[in-house]
Amino acid sequence: MGWLDRDRTIAPPGFNRWLVPPAALAVHLCIGQAYATSVYKTALVKHFGASLTEIGVIFSIAIVMLGLSAAIMGTWVDKNGPRKAMFTSAMFWASGFLIGSLGIFSSQLWLVYLGYGFIGGIGLGIGYISPVSTLIKWFPDRPGLATGMAIMGFGGGALIASPVSTALLKMYDPNSGAKGWVASGDSVGKLFLTLAVVYLAYMMFGAFTIKVPAEGWKPDGFDPSKVKAATLVTTDNVSAKNAVKTRQFWLVWIALFCNVTAGIGILEQAAPMIQDFFRQSDGVSLVSAAVASGFVGLLSIGNMSGRFAWSATSDMTGRKRIYMMYLGAGAVLYMVLALAGSSSTFLYVALAFVIISFYGGGFATVPAYLRDLFGTFQVGAIHGRLLTAWSAAGIAGPLIVNAFLDAQGKPGQLTAASYQPALLTMVGLLVIGFVANLLVKPVDARFHEPRPDRVRAEEPAMEA
Amino acid sequence: MSTAQTSVKQSTGKLTVAWALVGVPLGYGVYETLTRVAALFG
Repeated sequence: MGWLDRDRTIAPPGFNRWLVPPAALAVHLCIGQAYATSVYKTALVKHFGASLTEIGVIFSIAIVMLGLSAAIMGTWVDKNGPRKAMFTSAMFWASGFLIGSLGIFSSQLWLVYLGYGFIGGIGLGIGYISPVSTLIKWFPDRPGLATGMAIMGFGGGALIASPVSTALLKMYDPNSGAKGWVASGDSVGKLFLTLAVVYLAYMMFGAFTIKVPAEGWKPDGFDPSKVKAATLVTTDNVSAKNAVKTRQFWLVWIALFCNVTAGIGILEQAAPMIQDFFRQSDGVSLVSAAVASGFVGLLSIGNMSGRFAWSATSDMTGRKRIYMMYLGAGAVLYMVLALAGSSSTFLYVALAFVIISFYGGGFATVPAYLRDLFGTFQVGAIHGRLLTAWSAAGIAGPLIVNAFLDAQGKPGQLTAASYQPALLTMVGLLVIGFVANLLVKPVDARFHEPRPDRVRAEEPAMEA
Repeated sequence: MSTAQTSVKQSTGKLTVAWALVGVPLGYGVYETLTRVAALFG
């Protein structure tokens, strides 16, 4: 499989670097389907005769595998280049759907866990990090814009997969016109087969379009010495092995963890939360289920657009400053949401939209933040290790919110006041993240990779 | 036609196709979502 090697993907002179973002987007739009699983969740519950929790485990396994495979495979991705990584990711992702469909057709839930959850999850992790370091190398002048474009695709993937999956389920199920229709297991199995083929084709387009820049390439008119003018931006490199020994890595890990945990707190509960916030004394909410569904859609757009807009803005403001905004302004907005969000629907929707755009922005900006601190050498591998913060937040966010809500009452009886303890806890988390980000300083020179003019006597120890 | 002109035309064609392949589905997804969002302001 030498045709997948990094050496075979070096761009010829005159290659247009703007071909790289659509290649990266093609992969992220496909793996972003992971956020559209709610479309067939009820159908799987009915088909397997399982509980919502048992079906939810499929998604949980996939997200845990995303974090683990990104952390473990990051160095392999950096070494072997984006084409091999995207190809591998496509194989895992499509195989996940194929094995998952087999599980659905044979009514074996464990096969869906193994297929979509375990194998598909590995595809998610490798696919997520596969184009990041390549984009940063192609766009040294605008790394935030470049990673924002790609990671926006992960938010946008669900926007496409949701309506397309619904249309396909209707097409595959002859009973789709019936009142109170829930898609049959057979139609979900066929949907999985279709998605396997379509995603495989799309990801192959990405894999065979992407190219890495030749050694020493830089964009016309780009002067690296100007970039160095920012204190936190290094021209040195730190290996992934040494990056995890630095205080900076763990401070950024905490900042990302806090930002993601706070965002997930709203995203997980979006539809019931808006209804509970505007529940009247007679127990009826002013917000209908259709309006709540529209609110969820608006948050998806906030999440996606925040990934692009804030990450691109970070090229001008600097990464540390924009993270101060995500976490500092985010804490203030969260506080207003907790204390005054129920006073007006418009205020509530506007606050939630901006908070979720910060959540998306945090994801998209972090690869460029790592590039600034650790250089481009193994930024993909470092990013992979940092994504364990996402996995941890995926567990902590829902746990915090659900634990507080369970103590406040039953679903359908909750009001805006029931959410205050959970939301104020998120404010506290955001403040912790803000302080962690504030403490980020340039990485100590002893962690830098040796250069011809500078040798390193011994491997650096873990920073206290 | 010079080689440079051919190269620029090829690059523009590839760029258009590549961006359309990702832009059209994304645009469709955003449009579908916005029609749902309309209920929020309806």
